[in-house]
Amino acid sequence: MIHRYLAARAALPLSLLLGACGPKVPDTAPAPMPSERHADWSFEREQYPSTYQRRPNPPVFIHDATILTAAGPELQHASILFRDGRIVAVGDTLTAPADATVIEGAGRYVTPGLIDSHSHLGVYAAPGTFGEDDGNEATNPVTANVWAEHSFWPQDPQIPLAIAGGITTIQVLPGSANLIGGRSATLRLIPARTVQEMKFPGAPYGLKMACGENPKRVYASRGPSTRMGNMAGYRAAYIEAERYRQKWDTWLKEKRGTPPDRDLQLETLAEVLRGHILVQNHCYRADEMAQMLDLGREFGFRIRSFHHVVEGYKVADLLARAGTAASVWADWWGFKMESFDGIPQNAALLQQAGARVIIHSDSPEGIQRLNQEAAKAMFSGIHAGVPVTREQAIRWITANPAWAVGIDSVTGTLEPGKAADVVLWSGDPFSIYSKAERVYNDGWLVYDRNDPAHRPATDFNVGQTAPGVGR
Amino acid sequence: MTTRRQVAGSPRWLLVMATFGVASPVAAQVIAITDATVYPVSSPKLEHATVLIRDGRIAAVGTGVAIPADARRIDGRGKVVTPGFFHVQGAIGLGVGRALVEEQDEEYTAIGGTTDSDHEGEVSAAFNVAAAIDPSAVAIPIARQGGVTSAITMPTTGLIAGQAVAIRLVGDHLDALLRLSPAAMVADLSDQSRSAGGGSRAGALARLRTLLTDAQLLRRRRADFDQNRIQVLAAPAADLEALYPVLDGKLPLYVRARRQSDIENAVHLAEEFHLRLVIREGTEAWRSADLLRRADVPVVLDTRDNIPSFDGLRARSDNAALVREAGATVILGGQDPGGQMNLRFEAGHAVRNGMKWEDALEAVTLAPARAFGLADRIGSLEAGKDADLVVWSGDPFEFSTAVEMVMIGGQETSMANRMTELLDRYRTLPPKY
Repeated sequence: MIHRYLAARAALPLSLLLGACGPKVPDTAPAPMPSERHADWSFEREQYPSTYQRRPNPPVFIHDATILTAAGPELQHASILFRDGRIVAVGDTLTAPADATVIEGAGRYVTPGLIDSHSHLGVYAAPGTFGEDDGNEATNPVTANVWAEHSFWPQDPQIPLAIAGGITTIQVLPGSANLIGGRSATLRLIPARTVQEMKFPGAPYGLKMACGENPKRVYASRGPSTRMGNMAGYRAAYIEAERYRQKWDTWLKEKRGTPPDRDLQLETLAEVLRGHILVQNHCYRADEMAQMLDLGREFGFRIRSFHHVVEGYKVADLLARAGTAASVWADWWGFKMESFDGIPQNAALLQQAGARVIIHSDSPEGIQRLNQEAAKAMFSGIHAGVPVTREQAIRWITANPAWAVGIDSVTGTLEPGKAADVVLWSGDPFSIYSKAERVYNDGWLVYDRNDPAHRPATDFNVGQTAPGVGR
Repeated sequence: MTTRRQVAGSPRWLLVMATFGVASPVAAQVIAITDATVYPVSSPKLEHATVLIRDGRIAAVGTGVAIPADARRIDGRGKVVTPGFFHVQGAIGLGVGRALVEEQDEEYTAIGGTTDSDHEGEVSAAFNVAAAIDPSAVAIPIARQGGVTSAITMPTTGLIAGQAVAIRLVGDHLDALLRLSPAAMVADLSDQSRSAGGGSRAGALARLRTLLTDAQLLRRRRADFDQNRIQVLAAPAADLEALYPVLDGKLPLYVRARRQSDIENAVHLAEEFHLRLVIREGTEAWRSADLLRRADVPVVLDTRDNIPSFDGLRARSDNAALVREAGATVILGGQDPGGQMNLRFEAGHAVRNGMKWEDALEAVTLAPARAFGLADRIGSLEAGKDADLVVWSGDPFEFSTAVEMVMIGGQETSMANRMTELLDRYRTLPPKY
């Protein structure tokens, strides 16, 4: 991927790259790897490519349901047809093709598969011993060289629980100990033996960065130990990356002589500067987010999404203007000083200001009920006189996180041509009592609450944990 | 030791009795909430019913209640009225935030009960958390805005962490806040206590048993103790003395136990010493549901607790439903990251996962009141009890429902808090500085 990006995009002006609404993502499994016989250097070969393969499945027709498409008004008594992993049609005048599996949707709701823009599944896996504690490479304040996918454990027993909550795609991030924590991975949440089988084809990488208390606490003795130390740390890293990028871009253009030395830290940061890697920035405080936006301006990159954003409501206008998404919890607050000002109307106020709102989990429990967290945030706004529509709230957990991780051209809404990432709910997904009954991931029925044959389990579950989620 | 005696000997917080039920005398006042859907909890749901409140207490609940002419009337049409909710696993009032770690007072490690510095803080039975409570803590009105009117505030660290207290969520002074002190003796037989048992949970259990037998011994041979004619005891006298009410079955032993084996060990220990026991964080309680029912041991469950760990491999989403179905008492309430204000959603979540709606309501009202010896004052809407109640716009467990009024001791409480003030400050940008 690096090779392709460098070759194809290095010469493009930065503004053009940044102006794009996310890279175009191929809609089929990736082509076979190019011949590697003539590659002399590691950077010329594909780097840890996705081996994801869509499973063949019969077409599915869900009939007479309430459908939240995340791309328009809520549809009553409507139907949806998907085939070969793609949505074919959504509407109220459809008829079922003869070869389709027909599912009665009366009284039920259909939404896009939920997307969590902030997960640590697989990198902070259950059962939570030292053996699975792989989320923070807390050995240096800047570890842009590490990739979350290299920690990810596909047998994490938290994965089936999240699938049962209607999640179809996650962005797995490194932890927040470091100023720059490493690359994220965007994964289809499916049972698999390897992380490569889960890697969302064509999804861009993200880069985890973290503000505030965590890095200054973790590195208090060696530095940074202050917020100004944090800022100096990011700047030093990107100053180095600028030079590296220029060196490489020149070489790639001229291909003269020996290529420059390869540096994994700077390679990732240079990709941020080229606009190929999307910055995912853990940041709580309002004033600090304004600093980070300025940091992006200094080095010519955009922050794709702030994460946690507990004080987002104080700078909702700044975030809306910057086009930076806000990935928030519904109401977490008070667990550290920088979370002290959290309010349940945060998402609603951000929405009101026109910012791109995302409800994220950052939690193996929260990811199981992302729809409920969105409901709580929506009604917290409504009850306080900050109106939010159901159509807006469903985008908080589907289309908007799809944009934040750069896969919105493929998934996140129920529109013809999009991936068949579909959840059938027992009732209104904004009711506390509703459950995901069926979860389709790219057309594959990965979960069926009423059929034990479609309740995934990991190896860790085998022979020792309670029966899977089915009640 | 001097320090400990000062803490333990402070009589002010030791025996606040539940009979001082109403925070402060309320001027003779009659309030009638009319035409509401009322869940008394102790009896079936009533439609178009009246709740009559006099002098801070519930005077009557029913459909044919005569409303005095001077009563302040609150129109309950289309509304739901329940008892105030009771959260039993938290630190409300400790520190400035919900759980702002560095500002929190729940841990009592500095002056632990043993003289061995390796075991500081492992046994702190004489420690009572009351004096650390700030009646003005911002977390109090924030929890209240979710319909929570009572809470257990507790120390958490140690084999015996110390004495928890029950508070009502309004009051200008600690005396007004405290409902019962102590309300429970907090202990821990989970994985967290292995270090107190020399690295083994079996060791932790043995040590707890020794503490109880030594407390019995001290009581029996107090004179010998005072004359130094007794073996070395498992803890200082103050800590063992603090266990007397536990041995008498007056003060519940409030034990964290997640694994089936730890839960059952705790029940057997309680049977051996005739203790009142309440289990908390009973991750595998569904495996021990029949025993819990037979032994009449309530269990506090966190409905989010369904992720397997080696301290609870058999975690499952429908734990609360299974335990209740087996006839044991379930109390709901965990560590939601949004704080205690989300207790109502924890109850709703239990219903989502199979618990009966009425059982979930009882699990956040009457069940905790009974478990902590407060059922004569709170937990249900019955004549004579404190008027601690909530008026909801609909189903209390639903996101779409708003909390319309929270009444404690017959007094309507303020819905303003630090969160609502921040909201008002930033409702429109630029903010009102």
